[in-house]
Amino acid sequence: MAKRGVVVIDIEKCKGCEVCLAACPNQVLAMSQEVNTKGYHYSVKINSNCVGCASCAVVCPDAVITVYREK
Amino acid sequence: MKELRLMKGNEALAEAAIRAGTDAYFGYPITPQSEIIEYLMHENPYERTGMVVLQAESEVAAINMVYGAAACGKRTMTSSSSPGISLKQEGLSYIAGAELPCIVVNIVRGGPGLGTIQPSQSDYFQAVKGGGHGDYKLIVLAPATVQETVDFVKLGYELAFKYRNTVMILSDGIIGQMMEKVELFEQMPRENKDYEWATVGKKPGKDSVIVTSLYLKSEDQEKLNFRLQAKYREIEKAEVRFETIMTEDAEYLFTAFGSCARITRKAMEMARAKGIKVGLVRPISLYPFPVKIFEELAPKVKGILTVEMNAGQMVEDVRLAVNGKTKVEHYGRFGGIIPSPEEILNALEQKIIGG
Amino acid sequence: MSENLIKPENLVYKKTNVLTDKVMHYCPGCGHGTAHRMLAEVIDELGIQEQTIGVAPVGCSVLAYYYFDVDMQEAAHGRATAVATGIKRVFPEKYVFTYQGDGDLAAIGTAETIHACNRGENILIVFINNGIYGMTGGQMAPTTLPGMKSSTSPRGRDVATMGNPLKITEIIATLPGSYYVTRQSVHTPGNARKAKRALKKAMEYQKENKGTCLVEIVSNCPSGWKMTPVESNKWMEENMFPFYPLGDIKVPQ
Repeated sequence: MAKRGVVVIDIEKCKGCEVCLAACPNQVLAMSQEVNTKGYHYSVKINSNCVGCASCAVVCPDAVITVYREK
Repeated sequence: MKELRLMKGNEALAEAAIRAGTDAYFGYPITPQSEIIEYLMHENPYERTGMVVLQAESEVAAINMVYGAAACGKRTMTSSSSPGISLKQEGLSYIAGAELPCIVVNIVRGGPGLGTIQPSQSDYFQAVKGGGHGDYKLIVLAPATVQETVDFVKLGYELAFKYRNTVMILSDGIIGQMMEKVELFEQMPRENKDYEWATVGKKPGKDSVIVTSLYLKSEDQEKLNFRLQAKYREIEKAEVRFETIMTEDAEYLFTAFGSCARITRKAMEMARAKGIKVGLVRPISLYPFPVKIFEELAPKVKGILTVEMNAGQMVEDVRLAVNGKTKVEHYGRFGGIIPSPEEILNALEQKIIGG
Repeated sequence: MSENLIKPENLVYKKTNVLTDKVMHYCPGCGHGTAHRMLAEVIDELGIQEQTIGVAPVGCSVLAYYYFDVDMQEAAHGRATAVATGIKRVFPEKYVFTYQGDGDLAAIGTAETIHACNRGENILIVFINNGIYGMTGGQMAPTTLPGMKSSTSPRGRDVATMGNPLKITEIIATLPGSYYVTRQSVHTPGNARKAKRALKKAMEYQKENKGTCLVEIVSNCPSGWKMTPVESNKWMEENMFPFYPLGDIKVPQ
């Protein structure tokens, strides 16, 4: 079984470009209904399918995603 | 040890560059100053002092190489002649905005356009009023001898680093091409200083150094301009240089700079032989302009003739300094024509004494 | 719960410290941010932050010096490689890079670019090619594709009157002074990782004084292209990559 991972998103820095959604192999991410103080919908995790591959973080232009994975 | 040599102006300047501890010279050939880079390449200063000499692909590239090296806190120099100096104006404006030190040599030739390779002083405005876009000034030194050419390289670095400003040595094809006796100063070591404003690699625990002329916020841009203007006022107070010859009893004044001052001096001597009491004021720093000496002498004389190898440029600064207190006229030849002492004396008699 | 995983020992990815914490001014989804980060990670991993001097261009990345936490200079438009030459010649032991867009590098700076590469200056040139002048509002660039619309080619680039897109990277690869020339992208995780490997190689070659290394990154311009970021990445794959194919163009012999 794949190791479990988790992403932490700095929602205030997210610009809502959705590039991370396209990069995630497990459809963990979606856009928020709410907006941040800059008015952007931001990336949120919607399930626990994250495997900590960091694909989302690698393509995030604004470096807002931090990734953890169990050892 | 000091050393006496007979040298061509351009070659002496190049030798002075090596001896002044220049770290890098970036140039591009153009008549009448190509001997500078030729001499440097021939001397191989990298072997002598570690000085870098590079022939760039254009004057534009050369001045931007100067920007890069100067922003590392290095003693950096370029040289060119009028059309090439026009190309460097973009870089000079950026260097002013980024507050970097460097020496730029202009061995002026006649213009506009491709003009002539013969000597001229028609880049006076460009040199002293800024030249490129934005409110800025170069410190402009105008040598009249090969000796001054050499000395101004050393002085140039002192001023450039003191004020983090470009120093322009505004010479011309006469001084650049003539041979004269010159006393060379001793070899100075290349500095290896880390200036806090220079990009030398980020220091641990300190902010990175950013060298830029971009201030997008108007408040910041104005702040930079206030800082620059304050610096220029300081330069105007402390760095005025000029020479006066026989002005004590003068009823008339000549004023001329650089090579033209040499010829005008001869005209002055001829006038004195005829009994005309005329003196000579030779501005050495064209910016800052020696305003005070003109303020002081103007009420005492019946008129001032500026003699320039141009259509009348320095005369405007003389008139500003004199501020109507006496008559100021201009006599000039241009396009590479050098005026003779006889015609200068004639101009004095026609325009000032008789006029 | 997965939140239990948030512990230092489980950290697998975080923003490198060679990028500052400033919020980048780039538009949402713009590849600049990712390209910055890949280069910053390389500087971090090689441990050369204190020996690196960068040169920012004029264009969208004019403020790159706010984001890279290394000493940087801001060059006049197109002159970055001349400025980098000045730096590298007085500091041959430092790592020097330029970061330039297509207008800066391949239009106004063509002479400086080609001559720096031809001299084999030991610098890294990072060339972001998105086929448009982004900063000034989406005008035609030297790399704008035939038929591609921009604010100065509103009916599409007509090569008969507007000239052809310039494949400057291929030109640079022909020069004896260039050592490693490659074209990458950063729009997918795989591509971004490959681009990073290319940047790392280039910096390692610089250490060995091998000559000029140029890493072109074909990138998107969602605002200039008037698309969403995800659409722009798709458009880039379908239109930019056939004209500007990814991969190494010149590799060390």
